[in-house]
Amino acid sequence: MSAAPQILNPFQETSPPPTGRFIGIRREWRLGSWPVRFSALCLTLFYLLAIASPIIAPYDPTYQNRALPDCPPMRLHLSPPSDWQHAFFYAYPMRMVDAQSRRFAEDRTVKSYVHLFSYGHLFTTEAGAPPYFLMGSEGLGRDLFSRIVYGSRVSMFVGLIGVTISFGLGITVGALSGYVGGLLDNLIMRWSEIEMSLPSFYFLLALAAIIPSGMSAVATFFMIVAIMSFISWAGFARIIRGMAASVRSVPYVEAARALGGSRWRVLTHHVMPSVLGYAIVAATLSIPGFILGESALSLLGLGIQEPASSWGNLLAQAEDVQNLARYPWILIPGVFIFLAVMSFNFLGDHLRDRLDPSNAR
Amino acid sequence: MLRFLIKRVLNMIPLLIGITFLSFLVMSLVPGNFLSNLKMNPSISPQLIKEMEAEFGLNQPLMVRYFKWLWAMMHLNLGMSMAYHVSVTSLIGTRALNTVILSAASMLFAWVIAIPIGIIVAVKQNSIWDRILSFLAFFGMSVPNFFLAFLMMYVALRTGPTMEHLFGWSLPIGGTYSVDYAQLDTVGKIGDRINHLILPVFVLGVAGMASLMRLMRSQILEIKNSDFVRTARAKGLSERTVIYKHVLRNALNPFVTMAGYGLADLLGGAALVEAVMNLQGLGLLLLEAVRTLDIYLVMGSVLMGTVLLLLGNLLADIALVAVDPRVDFTSLGSQ
Repeated sequence: MSAAPQILNPFQETSPPPTGRFIGIRREWRLGSWPVRFSALCLTLFYLLAIASPIIAPYDPTYQNRALPDCPPMRLHLSPPSDWQHAFFYAYPMRMVDAQSRRFAEDRTVKSYVHLFSYGHLFTTEAGAPPYFLMGSEGLGRDLFSRIVYGSRVSMFVGLIGVTISFGLGITVGALSGYVGGLLDNLIMRWSEIEMSLPSFYFLLALAAIIPSGMSAVATFFMIVAIMSFISWAGFARIIRGMAASVRSVPYVEAARALGGSRWRVLTHHVMPSVLGYAIVAATLSIPGFILGESALSLLGLGIQEPASSWGNLLAQAEDVQNLARYPWILIPGVFIFLAVMSFNFLGDHLRDRLDPSNAR
Repeated sequence: MLRFLIKRVLNMIPLLIGITFLSFLVMSLVPGNFLSNLKMNPSISPQLIKEMEAEFGLNQPLMVRYFKWLWAMMHLNLGMSMAYHVSVTSLIGTRALNTVILSAASMLFAWVIAIPIGIIVAVKQNSIWDRILSFLAFFGMSVPNFFLAFLMMYVALRTGPTMEHLFGWSLPIGGTYSVDYAQLDTVGKIGDRINHLILPVFVLGVAGMASLMRLMRSQILEIKNSDFVRTARAKGLSERTVIYKHVLRNALNPFVTMAGYGLADLLGGAALVEAVMNLQGLGLLLLEAVRTLDIYLVMGSVLMGTVLLLLGNLLADIALVAVDPRVDFTSLGSQ
């Protein structure tokens, strides 16, 4: 870096230049406002949930505790120091007192110890001991927290994979058609026009009918990703095309061509990098769309099917007003969706400011 | 203007053909059809199934069926719904009207609140109100509308008894109208419908409101520092006149355009909220049709949704010409 940007930045002199391994991360952290930091933390946590779900989830997400359907979240108690040889925390197991309205009461006579870092889980109770439901259980007595943790795999990766596919396609086709022009350009633009005047959610619903009901959760997941990418790639291609077309006559691209760069080389080394910054921002900001699309489909019963879980299909229980009134904790997966979407929005917004050359620091 | 209208309507035709063919293709790719369930039922004779197949034309090849459908569509006949056994046209009419009412009301709601807040926030940039409201806007933009619908329903459920006790009135939880709707007089009917619209309109309005407010804010901030505004101030105009007569009028142009683009989201959001809150709209109809593989109903709903969207975009363009004297129909048509 030259001296000029340092003069522009008044903080450079007061704080010593960071050293060590994670300079980049620390620098970004310093530059982010607190919502951005919070978002970064949230997303890190969610991706951790998705990658390490078997460890973080305390129980098998499909195991049904038949005696504990719709059990409310349990309170965690700190053990008295005399019990610390067993575990630091315990919970009182729940007993159903009224089967009609599914009311539960704590059984104060027994303690169910919650062990940290044991049995291959972050926290769990002993096998055979009454379970500890951090976020309650759902209608079949399955642990809601475990289901949310496993569901994060779907919800967190649908965005990443979907964006990779639709952006890979969009940026290649867009840059190609913007730079090459001609018939290809014309065709792509007509198609993206059709796509943009579609009521996309209606179309998504109609397309979701293709997914056969007997498919495995993984296959369904990829079908959903494919469908959503199919709907969204042309929009990106259109934007990238516009940028590539405007870059075509910029001096440095002309210079590259004059120096004898092949069409492919100019495209990959000069045109694509110049639109990449924008593409990253647009990609980040389009991830929420994928997450929301999957959640909506699964919520409506057209996406991920039981017994697999996603944040969307966990919310489907709340469609019954009775459930909503009696067991409000079934709305917790919605909080996760909200946090994920908000984090991507904040990060995308922040990235736009950071990558905008007019306010570079 | 007439030329512009004719051109736009003509442009719609290939679009509609493309979209209907695509959805027809999709629906025929689906394994099984509406009759698959009936075939499992031992009390329905195979002969009846055959007859029904012939009645709905399911035994014909795809292209034949599509062109027959297209031909019928030109005569405003969208075929029969297999599940309801009535014509699709009669089913869709009322449902589409409900969706239009819902969307228009929530759009109005979003505008009425977003414009003034956007102005206030931009004029008092970096004040505490600006910070709070801008943050809330991010919140509103990020909250999934189906989740907000659940939350609002929960709040309505919880506060219902108290409200009933205090005011003798409470928010209905989902549904298009009350059980005793048929017995009400006209005024009561309208009141009942409005009552049932409050929650969905709020839910749908929040997301639109948030993004429109942000847009309004950034627009005004951009224009506030431009030369002609400084000139207006230098002439000695009051701040009020500068904002309303100079800044606001220029800020409205992209605002109207964006509102037009937001229609697709609005329609999609409306479909979700309809499904969650059980409102008898086009989205819920489509969902049911997709679930039962009621082909002609799916086609009809997708077609209707597309037409609504195209008409909405057309209206947005006309509004743009009305708002911004720099834009006229010739320049819009040549785009």
